Amino acid sequence: MNLATISFAYLKARRLNTLLNILLLALGVATIVLLLLATTQLDQRMRRDAQGIDLVIGAKGSPMQVILSSIYHLDVPTGNIPYKQALEISKHRMVKKAMPLALGDSYKGARIVGTTHDYLTHYDAKFASGKRWEKVLEVVIGAEVAARTGLKLGDKFHGSHGLGDAGDAHEAHPYVVAGVLARSGTVLDRLVICSVESVWAMHADHHEIKDINDIANQMKEEEKEYTALLIQYASPIAAAMLPRYVNNNSAMQAASPAYETARLFSIIGVGVDVLRGFALVLVFSAGLSVFIALYNALNERRYDLAVMRTLGARPRTLMLLLLFEGLLLALIGGVLGIALGHGLTEVLGHALKAAQQVSVTGWIWVQTEWWVLALAAGVGVLAALIPAWRAYRTDIAGTLARG
Amino acid sequence: MFSVRQLAHAYDGKDVLRVDAWQAEQGAQWLMLGPSGSGKTTLLHVLAGILRPSAGQVTVADQDMMALSPSALDRFRGKHIGIVLQRLHLIDSLTVLNNLLLAQYLAGEAQDAARVCEVLASLDLDDKAHAHPHELSHGQAQRVAVARAVVNKPKLLLADEPTSNLDDARCVQVLDLLLAQAHACGATLVIATHDQRIKSRVPNHYELTGVAA
Repeated sequence: MNLATISFAYLKARRLNTLLNILLLALGVATIVLLLLATTQLDQRMRRDAQGIDLVIGAKGSPMQVILSSIYHLDVPTGNIPYKQALEISKHRMVKKAMPLALGDSYKGARIVGTTHDYLTHYDAKFASGKRWEKVLEVVIGAEVAARTGLKLGDKFHGSHGLGDAGDAHEAHPYVVAGVLARSGTVLDRLVICSVESVWAMHADHHEIKDINDIANQMKEEEKEYTALLIQYASPIAAAMLPRYVNNNSAMQAASPAYETARLFSIIGVGVDVLRGFALVLVFSAGLSVFIALYNALNERRYDLAVMRTLGARPRTLMLLLLFEGLLLALIGGVLGIALGHGLTEVLGHALKAAQQVSVTGWIWVQTEWWVLALAAGVGVLAALIPAWRAYRTDIAGTLARG
Repeated sequence: MFSVRQLAHAYDGKDVLRVDAWQAEQGAQWLMLGPSGSGKTTLLHVLAGILRPSAGQVTVADQDMMALSPSALDRFRGKHIGIVLQRLHLIDSLTVLNNLLLAQYLAGEAQDAARVCEVLASLDLDDKAHAHPHELSHGQAQRVAVARAVVNKPKLLLADEPTSNLDDARCVQVLDLLLAQAHACGATLVIATHDQRIKSRVPNHYELTGVAA
């Protein structure tokens, strides 16, 4: 017998009311946790995917579209850039590393990315089986692509034109899987990666090329194209010079991942803020509901409180009892809400996975969640404050004399 | 034992209680008699230490009640005074067992399940330990209230109108119970009542006449 067991007994005695309050609080907390987990992971993933890429050079158009299509592989590209100009930029003295991307085809919704081995190294790719591509038409597939399509080492498949599902298949040249990547949590998970030449080879028929293994030499310079160039600066000064140089001296445009993702987050942020506000309203209405419940219960419990005083309870014991009840309610609601939030995030993660979007999981713990729990506890104690004060002031003799 | 001297209490500027002197030996058994409105409940509350009188001296078990700080008085009441209220007021959210353990906990005593069982057994309630008060008959509930009052072995046991609304047979039972339990823990017993049926059973009577207007 202690304050906790007494509080618990009272909560149990008012089962329905207790359940309602816990549910209200849990829903509010769950919404906050869901937002927290989703935005944290989105932010983390986007940061990781863009890490080490200082600038993206693509065809003219929306700079955000350039970033979304070439770093995150979410949007369609703005167009292609000429090989010669890209090569020129790659050799610029302010460029430390330049990774070309050739996009445009896909396999069952997974994008086929023509690039160099640098791209794998950049994301620190580990192989689950097989190895890097060496020849034209050899590909490496991401872990999620492997899981979803069932492709294995040595399997052959036909890419289809376009980034959707509906494009015409490139029947002439099947790709062959040379390697399967281990899951990394990066964008690589959902890509099919090969050499630029392999992507060019798909369209070799347009250029009347007989031996696709030698395509790099047989294609005319002016027919070669990239979609984008991922750039790492050689020095910080490049940040001030290179984008302007590209925008002024070529038909291409330079987009900064840092700037565009910040802009994207500020747009998403409005929606997140609205949802978070809604969640806070839920939490505080839960607090109000707890307050009303405890306040009403005081009336039914005035004899109980008076009797406890006759049994030796000090006024502050009764105050603590009420505060404890609020706290207990809040903690149960808070813990339940956090569990619910994780569950919902996991469900959301599965929905996003089906939609080929950024992967999100509910099975992580974010430090901020302690603060969410503290918020719930605070609301519970706050709600119990006035009832606790009234319990403190219980007039024993007066109450007992009346009944 | 207890003693009361020059006691007066006013409520809303009106005198509701006046006691010149009343003294009882440890273990003595008293009836406090008087018509309704004579201040029986008020005097009982003063003896219980839940009401501080406007004036006078109250000593219970050699302790000057007026000299205690509010929180020391709470502690003293929990340890040394047992009260059986007229309307019992058992805590319905807790089981019978827990109602008794609560009395030990709130008095700051060690929670002694063996003592609780012993008291319940002496009142023939062993099989009701895990029942909730609303599942008990009135007679059983009254015995639980007595058990709760004596579980800490008080020096002073107070009962407020324990026999009103009871038929003759039950009246005798309850009185026997109180006398026996008070005797068992050596407590001084004070029963506030206007029930004429029990006058012959208790040797000492204190008559409250009310405050002359």
